Amino acid sequence: MNSLLNKLARGLAAPVLILALWQGICALGWVTPQALPSPIAVGLKWLEYVLPSQPYDGNQSWLMWALSGELLHDAGGSLWRVIMGFGVGFVLALPLGLVMGANARLREFANPLIQVLRPIPPIAYIPLAILWFGLGNPPAIFLIALGAFFPILMNTMAGVSQVDSIYLRAARNLGASPGRIFLKVMLPGAMPFILSGVRIGIGTAFLVVIVAEMIAVNNGLGYRILEAREYFWTDKIIAGMLSIGLIGLGIDLAMERLNRHLLRWHRGMQ
Amino acid sequence: MITMALEFQGVAQRFQGQGAPVQVLHSVDLSIAEGEFVCLLGPSGCGKSTLLNAAAGFIQPTQGQVLFRGTPIQGPSPERGMVFQEYALFPWMSVEENVAFGLKARGENPEKIRTRVAELLAKLRLTEFAGRWPRDLSGGMRQRVAIARVLALDPPCLLMDEPFGALDALTRRSLQDELLQLWAELGKTVVFVTHSIEEAILLADRIIVMTHRPGQVKRDCKVTLPRPRDPADPAFNALKQEMGQLVMAEQHAFEDAERKSFTAD
Repeated sequence: MNSLLNKLARGLAAPVLILALWQGICALGWVTPQALPSPIAVGLKWLEYVLPSQPYDGNQSWLMWALSGELLHDAGGSLWRVIMGFGVGFVLALPLGLVMGANARLREFANPLIQVLRPIPPIAYIPLAILWFGLGNPPAIFLIALGAFFPILMNTMAGVSQVDSIYLRAARNLGASPGRIFLKVMLPGAMPFILSGVRIGIGTAFLVVIVAEMIAVNNGLGYRILEAREYFWTDKIIAGMLSIGLIGLGIDLAMERLNRHLLRWHRGMQ
Repeated sequence: MITMALEFQGVAQRFQGQGAPVQVLHSVDLSIAEGEFVCLLGPSGCGKSTLLNAAAGFIQPTQGQVLFRGTPIQGPSPERGMVFQEYALFPWMSVEENVAFGLKARGENPEKIRTRVAELLAKLRLTEFAGRWPRDLSGGMRQRVAIARVLALDPPCLLMDEPFGALDALTRRSLQDELLQLWAELGKTVVFVTHSIEEAILLADRIIVMTHRPGQVKRDCKVTLPRPRDPADPAFNALKQEMGQLVMAEQHAFEDAERKSFTAD
């Protein structure tokens, strides 16, 4: 118990120090609130952003009302796009990566194309995405899918080709069919690589969603902080940024748990 | 005419290395009878593992053929179960799942798989490790799991590639004893690759001493010492000395060749 408190105190020391410094600078009037509002102002704004804007009117369910805050709405929109886009990217990249990792000839065939396309940042596709899909969710999902696609593809390919051939020999010796070898040996053998690709992919997806929302969508966290700039609501910009950070942290923690579960057999994962 | 378990007929193997092709095996002729325990003995690089891989069907010899019960070997099959020095357990499967792998691949019903796996785990004294990951086990335990995994499919022939090479001396002894017991009980043909002279004499009905690369049979020697064999027995030691001279001559040839190729580079 004591050590837990100790750990907590040590973990909180740096953020508390920074907040105090920040509050001090603002209180002394060294910066205008428009350039940098005080942390207290940001916190209040954040609360306002999270909480429902209308008083409870009794017509809708209580839960719907409690979740009707603008931030929750924006976060929901952003997350939905991340999930859809990431899902599309994952569903395309995983089988392709598995097949290409297992088949050297296919890899040689597709590799030059991949090497040329891979270094193009997904954000560079924005003009094309808008031309192809117009505005709104479709271009955003396209861009996010693209951002998730390459890291998952590359890692899956690398993962499959690094599966130790001794496992394949053992499986063939035990009479496993090619299909069984693929599902029960290659796929789990490549899993550590696949999951690190997924982690990079979801990070990229989260980055791309913010940019896509700033340009092509009129809701979501990215849209909201850009909108706040137009009204010089610096406190809202910072509140939005912190929310983006928290959601990113949440996604990363969830990924780590998934990793831990799927790789519980893996050396060095304990 | 009796059909042999395994017949190597003029088996030669060349590998395309970097630069010149390497002749690993030079025309090996060898017949192994049903139920026989044969050790292939020789220095590293004599092609004994290559011979075993050809018997497993992992590689096709450049020349000649390998017959299993009179039929040419086309590819790997569970009737020739392979035990690797590196165990080759699937690290993402529990001990139990590893042992069940071949039975599932064969499409046995779940009830039969469960009883068969339990039976094998008991036989190899692994029951309390059923749910463990391979990484949690010692080398000796892992090799027991690997043996259980191939035995699950009841293969008439076991191919063992230096299976105890990575184990400490005591674990090695106890696994050697267990293997001999299993062999006496199940009557399987065993082809066992080793570079330990003592291990070969302790285990084998017949020791095939191989020459340095390109490997061929240097001496085919029956071991008639009664079992259980005792390494302290003078007859054991006499044989060990004789075998030792044969193997060491090849070992020196191997070292000389290595030195030569090093200076040639």
